[in-house]
Order: sequence, then C-alpha cells, then structure tokens
Amino acid sequence: MKTVIIKYNAGNTQSVLYALERIGTAAIVSDDIETIQSADRVIFPGVGEASTAMAYLRERALDKVIAQLEQPVLGICLGMQLMCTHTTEGNVDCLGIFNTPVKNFGDLPQKEEHPLKVPQIGWNKVYDMQSPLFKNIPNETYFYFVHSYYAEICEDTIGVTKYIQPYTVALNRNNFYGVQFHPEKSADYGELLLKNFLDL
Amino acid sequence: MLCKRIIPCLDIKDGRTVKGTNFVELRDAGDPVELGARYAAEGADELVFLDITATNEKRKTLKELVNRIAHHINIPFTVGGGISTVEDVSLLLENGADKISINTAAYKNPAVLTEMAKQFGAQCVVLAIDTRLEEDGEWYVYLNGGRVKTDTRCFDWAREAVERGAGEILLTSMNHDGTKQGFAVDITRQLATNLSVPVIASGGGGNAAHFEEIFLKGQADAALAASIFHFKEVGIPGLKQYLSEKGLPIRL
Repeated sequence: MKTVIIKYNAGNTQSVLYALERIGTAAIVSDDIETIQSADRVIFPGVGEASTAMAYLRERALDKVIAQLEQPVLGICLGMQLMCTHTTEGNVDCLGIFNTPVKNFGDLPQKEEHPLKVPQIGWNKVYDMQSPLFKNIPNETYFYFVHSYYAEICEDTIGVTKYIQPYTVALNRNNFYGVQFHPEKSADYGELLLKNFLDL
Repeated sequence: MLCKRIIPCLDIKDGRTVKGTNFVELRDAGDPVELGARYAAEGADELVFLDITATNEKRKTLKELVNRIAHHINIPFTVGGGISTVEDVSLLLENGADKISINTAAYKNPAVLTEMAKQFGAQCVVLAIDTRLEEDGEWYVYLNGGRVKTDTRCFDWAREAVERGAGEILLTSMNHDGTKQGFAVDITRQLATNLSVPVIASGGGGNAAHFEEIFLKGQADAALAASIFHFKEVGIPGLKQYLSEKGLPIRL
C-alpha cells in the first residue's frame, strides 16, 4: 500500500511519518500532484495558520487536487479545518468538502469564574463516535488536542468533544475523513485510529 | 472536559538521563528514550526533556536524541535547555519535538518569543520561569538555572511573555523545588487565573495530595515532577487513579 503525507507550509509531517512507522507503515512525504493522486491513502496534516496554508495550496493547485481525490483521505487538525467550508482564521474560504464552518473558541461567550483557555491544549474526551475510523476505540476515549479554532456540528460529524460547548472533532463524507485531535500524539488509541484509517 | 496533565521531566546530560537533586550527585539513569517510553506507557500525558549538557557538541547530540524520541514515543514532548534562537527551535521541531521551552534567553531578548510564535505558532513556545519568594513577599525571576537574581517580578514577566507570544508557562518555584513538601500554590494560582495560557506547576511535588492541591487550589493546568517518578516514590498510574477519585478530570 502506498501512503502519502501531503507536504505543505503547515506541516507536522515528521510526527505523522514517525507514527506511521511505529505501526509498521512506510509513508512518503510529497507535494507532487501525481504522487498524491496515485496513493492508496492520503494524509493531510497541519499545524499552522489557515489563510497562509490555503494561499500556498491554491498557488500549487493542491486545493483542487485534494478535493477531487477518490481514495481515503484523512485530514488532521488544520488539515481537517481546511477541508471545511470556511474559517474565521484569516477569514478564508476552504476546500468545502465537509459542510461546516470553522470558528474561534475565543469568540464564544464564557460566564464561568475561570474561563476555559484558548487554545485548548491537552487531552479531552471524544464521544458519539460513528465510523469504522473508531473501530475498537471505546466511547469517551481521550485524544490529544492543540487548537484555537473549531468546526461546528453538522451532518458529516462522526465524533464530538465538549470544550466551552460541544463541537465536531471528527468528520466523514464519502472517502474523506478528518480529525481535530492529533492521533499521531494520542498514545495507543491514536495509533489504533491511524491503523483503522489504513484498513478502511 | 479537558484533563489536568501529569508531566514527568527527564534531565539529559550527554545523551543520558541523569537523576539527582538540585544538580548534585548526578547519577546515570539510563536511556532517556526507554525511560520516556515507560512513562508514556504508564499514562504520562506529556514529557519534558531538559538538556543540561554544557559542551559544544550539544546541538548535534540533542538533535539526534530528539529524533530518536520522536520515533519511539507516542505522546507529546517538550525539549528545553540552551535554546535561544529561531534556528535552534526550527532544528528541534524538524526532528519531531512538539514544543520547545525557553528560559534565560527569552528574558534577555523577549522579542525572540514573538519571532518564535510567529514562525511556529504560540502553542509550541513554552516559557520556563524559575522564581523565588523573597523576604519582601514578592516572587522574583531568576536566570541561568537559578543562579542569577533579577529585579523583575514573576507575574510581570509572565504577563509580558504571554503578550509577546509564549503559549504556555512552565513555572518552577525555587523555594519548593527539591523539598517534596508541595507545590507553590499562591504564585501558580496568580498566574493560572490571570493569564490566558496554560500554566505547568513545577517544584515540590512529593505525594499525590500535593498534585491534588496544585490542581484544585493552585488552578494549575498541568503539574511536572522528576525525581519522585525516577525513584519510584510516586507511580503515575496510582497518582492518576487517586486524582480521578478526587473528582479531577484525569486521563486514565
């Protein structure tokens, strides 16, 4: 099986590459369109700023390439957010694969004595899991998150977490999957999720 | 609910883990990758690797070590020790570190925090502060591993650092470090409740009740300890079970 991690200007590509190696899969990190199109599995990672990342993808026509892929594709963190309709981070239109916008936690009202911090950094519970992506992963399993922006719940939602309010942390539409947390940093269940993705 | 994090800290010298109190009587404690992997398997939420090597070979060995850690450990980790420039950070992140921690170099050149946050995101810039409560009742910032006192108050520096781009504060109380009598509740609470970023409390953790106290009273987002884990005085699974039973949000 050929697994390709998309290389662009907002990557945690090394961490994803090493996590795949730990579960016995050699992957290629590439921004070459033909290499991406011919892969069996495509992973779209991301740590960075959304509008800068979108501009980079558009310049190289990678936005259209990704949206037209037919093999299983997994977006991680910013990768997942860029697969949504629009983000308030840099106020930019995204790939529009998942039918939900991305907004900032910081814009949500908080009335508690100790308001929750933004970004959310750490381990939080995922529930309402509805996908083979979560095969053998119990409801309310903890995954590792680092993010300030979140996707709203929509018809593509396959996993939910609560931070200030319930929001989407996993999405699926056709061959496209996305997770807000970092499976590559989420201990054993994170590695199991990556395995599940490769087994889809 | 977001969990309170338990973070073992590993001191590294010449590529090996060292154990000791206050840099005295350092003993070899084996391969940092093996020890880190054991802590990860036991339920540590993150790891901090602090390089205390003082040789010119440092950069190369640290880079190689970080790369090996990143290959073997499946939880996030922070690397600190002698980091001062954007290039230092870039090298460590490229080799798989999730965050870096910076201390004296940021105090001497605060603009570097902004540069690092702009280039890599605030989430990977951890500002470490060593602080001591003086007789005048104020907490002051210390530099160079606690050897050099400044006239800057801890809270003032922490607030400025966050404004400049620090995404997390690693706060070590020199009064409490090594005592095993509990963490510094008041200064931790002041930072944790007034700053917009997470605060990791460090120094003084000796038993499970101390961790409970720093999370509940100190409002810490995470707590860090070293020797009590290395010497197996406190086990991570038992500690997390205890905190969970006390009603704290903990990843079991």
